[in-house]
Amino acid sequence: MKNFSGKVLFLDRADINTDEIIPAKYLTENTRQALKPYLLEDISLEGFDYKKDIKGKSVIITRDNFGCGSSREHAPWALEVNGINLVIAPSFARIFKRNMFNCGMMAVELSPEIINRIFSVFSKRETTIETFLDKSSFILKSGDVKESVKFGISEFDRALVSAGGWVDYADSRY
Amino acid sequence: MGKTIAEKIFEPHILDNPCDDIYVIRLDAVFCHEITTPIAINDLVARGKDRVFDASKVKAVIDHVTPAKDSKTATQGKILREWTRRHNIKDFFDIGRNGVCHAIFPEKGFVRPGFTIIMGDSHTCTYGAFGAFAAGVGTTDLEVGILKGVCALRFPETIKINITGKIQAGVFAKDIILSVIGLIGVNGATNKVLEFSGPVVESMSMDARMTICNMAIEAGATCGICAPDMTTVEYLWEFIRDDHKTKDKALEAFQKFCSDPDASYTDIIEHDVSSLEPVVTFGCRPDNIKPVKEMEGTKIDQVYIGSCTNGRIDDLRVAAEILKGNKISDFLRGVVSPATPKIYRQALDEGLIAVFLEAGFCVTNPTCGACLGMSNGVLAEGEACASTSNRNFIGRMGKGGMVHLMSPATAAATAIAGHITNSKLYGGR
Repeated sequence: MKNFSGKVLFLDRADINTDEIIPAKYLTENTRQALKPYLLEDISLEGFDYKKDIKGKSVIITRDNFGCGSSREHAPWALEVNGINLVIAPSFARIFKRNMFNCGMMAVELSPEIINRIFSVFSKRETTIETFLDKSSFILKSGDVKESVKFGISEFDRALVSAGGWVDYADSRY
Repeated sequence: MGKTIAEKIFEPHILDNPCDDIYVIRLDAVFCHEITTPIAINDLVARGKDRVFDASKVKAVIDHVTPAKDSKTATQGKILREWTRRHNIKDFFDIGRNGVCHAIFPEKGFVRPGFTIIMGDSHTCTYGAFGAFAAGVGTTDLEVGILKGVCALRFPETIKINITGKIQAGVFAKDIILSVIGLIGVNGATNKVLEFSGPVVESMSMDARMTICNMAIEAGATCGICAPDMTTVEYLWEFIRDDHKTKDKALEAFQKFCSDPDASYTDIIEHDVSSLEPVVTFGCRPDNIKPVKEMEGTKIDQVYIGSCTNGRIDDLRVAAEILKGNKISDFLRGVVSPATPKIYRQALDEGLIAVFLEAGFCVTNPTCGACLGMSNGVLAEGEACASTSNRNFIGRMGKGGMVHLMSPATAAATAIAGHITNSKLYGGR
C-alpha cells in the first residue's frame, strides 16, 4: 500500500484541470518518472511556484472539481512520482478520481464546510497530515494545532487501494 | 417506472456489482490512440499479460501527433502499431489513413446504438450521439478494458436537457452546447449522463449531435447521449444494411434504446434556444461564455477550424460558405484540419479546400495536434486563438496562450475580420 501521510500542499482554487496538473506537451513521455519536473507547471495560482512549493509534500488539499478536463492518467502519475498519493477536496472530476484509485492512490472528498475550516486554520501554516485508513480518519497537525477529521470512501475504492490498483483486482476476478 | 437510454444500455451489460452503485460492465468496443495506450501496453507486457480480450472489438488510431514530430512521438506510434500487428487488430488506422479518433471511428461504423464503449480520451462521450453509452477513461481503465473487456462505472443517473425553440440563422450546435455548459457549469453534470433531447436535437444532423455530445465532458458528464432515430439509421445504413431488411426495421431495432416517457431523471432542464445568439468563451473555463457581440473586436492571432468537436464536413461547409471570395486578415493566420481522410477528400471534391487555400488558410492533415498544443498550430506566449475545439484551459494550445471557443461560422468570420465578430449568417448582428 502507498504512503498517504506527510506534509500538505494547499492549492486554494477550484476547477484545477489536468492540463494544469501536467501539460499535454509532456504526454509524449513513455515513463512516469519523466513527468516529475513538470507537475503543476501551468497552474494559474497566485504566489505558487511549482519549482519550490511541491518539494517534500505528500498530500494536496484543494477546492471543488479538482482534475477536470482531459482523461490523462499522467495527472495522478505526475503526483505519484513526486511522492503525492492523496488529494483531498470537496469534489473531483469523475475520470481523475477513478484514475487515482485505479493506481492505488486516494482522492478523498470532504464536505465544503470542513475544507473551508481546514483552509482557514491550516493553509497559511506548515501542516502535516496523518492518515489512518483502518479508522477512516485524518489527523492534521501544525505546531500545537491539531484536528481529527473522519472521511468515507467506498468499499470498492478501499479494495483498490489494498490491491494496489484496478489491474490486479480485475485480472483476479473477471 | 420507465428507464432512460443510459439505463437500458447499462443494465444488460452488467457483469458484477462489487459494492453500492459501482457496477462492472461488459464492453462492446475499446478504442485506442497513441497518447494514452502505449503506457497501458507497456504495463501489460511488464505484467506478463500482453493479451487482448477480443481483437475484433479493439480499434486503434494514431491521431494526436501525426505524422510523428520527434523521436518520442514516433516511439508512441511504433508501440501502438506493433501491438496491433502482434494481436491481429485489423482496425488500425496508421498515418495516411488516420483521422481524429472521435470522427474516424463513427465514420467507419464502429459506433452503434446500444453499445458500451470506453477509450482513453475524455471526449469519448462524442459517441453518445448514436445512442451509445460511451465514457472517457484513464490508462488503467483502458488497460483493463483491453485485457478483460470490462469497466467499472457508477450506475447511470441522467440529467435531461430538453432543447426547444426556433434556432436563429447563424446559430449552430456549438453555440447550443456552449450555452448548455454556461447554464449548468463545468461541474454541473459530474458523474451524470447528459441526455440531449427535444425538437432541436431531433432536427440535427449526426455531425451536429456529435458536436453537442462531444462537449458533455466539459460539464463534467460521464456520457452525452441522444436517442437514435432515422438520422442515425441513415448515417449507419451502409454498415447495417445486411443486418436489417429495411431502414424502418433498423429504426425499430434501435428504438429499444430510447428513454421511456416515464423514465426517472435527476433533473430535467428545459432549454429554449430561440433567443440564443452565437457565443464565444472569454475566460479559461468552457462555461465562461458571452454573446459574440460582447466580445466583438477582441484581437486574434490564429484561427483554428478542426478537432473532434468541429472538424467534420458540416463544419467545413459552413466555414467555407463564409470564407468564399474573401481573404483572411493580414494580422492573423488560419489553420484548418479536416478531421479524417474521408472528410478531407469530400472537402476537396466539393471545392471547400480551394476556398480555404484561396482565403489564405493552412490546410493540415487530419490530426488533433493544435487543439491541445501538441503540434500543427501551437500558440506563442501572449497569443489568442479563435478555435472550434472544446477546451479553453490556460495554456491548452500553447504555454501562455489564450483560447476562445466558438462555432466554425464565427471562427471563419473572425478570420476575415482579424478580430472576434459574428458571421454574416447571423441575422441579429
